[in-house]
Amino acid sequence: MKIIISNQSELPIYAQIKEQLKEQILNGQIPEGSTLPSIRQLAKEVGVSVITTTRAYSDLEAEGFIATMQGKGSVVLSKDNSMLQEQYLLRIEEGLSTAIDTARVMGLSEEELVGIFYNLLHETRNGR
Amino acid sequence: MPEEHGTKKGMIRAMELLEVHNVSKHYKNFSLENIDFVLPKGYIMGYVGQNGAGKSTTLNIITNLCKSSVGEVRVNGITCMEDTVQYKESIGYIGGDFYYPNNFTVRNIRGILKNFYSTFSVEQFNELLHQWKLSDKMKVKDFSQGMKVKLMFAAVLARDTKLMVLDEATNGLDPVVRLEILKLLQEYIADGERSVIFSTHILSDLEQIADYIFFIHDGKKVLYDAKDELLESYLLVKGERRAITPQLQKALVGIMDNAYGFEAILPSDRADLLNHDFHFEKPTIDEIVIHYIKDKEKNG
Repeated sequence: MKIIISNQSELPIYAQIKEQLKEQILNGQIPEGSTLPSIRQLAKEVGVSVITTTRAYSDLEAEGFIATMQGKGSVVLSKDNSMLQEQYLLRIEEGLSTAIDTARVMGLSEEELVGIFYNLLHETRNGR
Repeated sequence: MPEEHGTKKGMIRAMELLEVHNVSKHYKNFSLENIDFVLPKGYIMGYVGQNGAGKSTTLNIITNLCKSSVGEVRVNGITCMEDTVQYKESIGYIGGDFYYPNNFTVRNIRGILKNFYSTFSVEQFNELLHQWKLSDKMKVKDFSQGMKVKLMFAAVLARDTKLMVLDEATNGLDPVVRLEILKLLQEYIADGERSVIFSTHILSDLEQIADYIFFIHDGKKVLYDAKDELLESYLLVKGERRAITPQLQKALVGIMDNAYGFEAILPSDRADLLNHDFHFEKPTIDEIVIHYIKDKEKNG
């Protein structure tokens, strides 16, 4: 787990913490089922206020990334969780939309775009 | 059901570590007026204002060093009147001025603390001294400012206190020691049972760890909120003076001019009044405070 707070960022500190944790949960660096440090522990480590980390965690909870249980702390939820699934689908759509937009800008045909997509799919599959 | 009511009230009380209710104090040339706030268990409050704004007066009323003319202060649920010993045992005070006699050694001070406070732990005190390399035999007059502050912290941390009151305690300290103290304060509140109130006229590095901000000016409350709320409630706006519309003029707080433009604070919910002529960004608490003081000076 990695958190970097920037004073130059336009994002408030709670949002910086939230986005970085979200990113690491989505890309698997923080595995599902793992327990995050407590709100107070994190505040102390990062050097921010307790209210700030509380807000970051409650946002992550509301978006379905973590669940906070009395005595057990905040646990990263399984990827099968429906709210999290939505977040994943949203990410996929965002990524594909960027590709589509770029393809339109350079006047690529739909067939060519789909061709690139399949090629990449095969390449990454063989890569594994 | 009266019983249930009692429990509920007890629970609410148990959440607040420090309650300051309608506290006023009148001097010949200065009045503290209707100061009212609460600080829950496990949180840090920054008590901010200019020199002479009433910060020390408030903190001295909390530590019961001076009495308020009106109002009530509770620490961990009790007033000083109800149980003076318990009240005072639960508070640790650290001031900007060193309050131990200069010709004393650490050993002398330890002897006094041991006799004075029932919860004072010699072992814990010695451990902190060792950790901070404060020699037993040295006279405190030979201490640097940083060492003096650390000694005061050791004296407080070796006791079982619930509320730490810091009155300009980090003034004149170098950044390294300030950072150490920041960590100490966060450590102190880490179990969620204890709280810190610190006064300062410059927030800078302490700003990050504060949960609540109370801003006092001329003995009166100006702002009091969770710090994150405050920071989000305002924008720092910069631009050319002539670009300000009459509507915007009314909404801006504490306009300050320089030769090439102005700077002011704007409530975030009035951001619709801004156009691309203006530059705006997140303010710091210091910037919010400066522009509010400017506004008070202008409009009284």
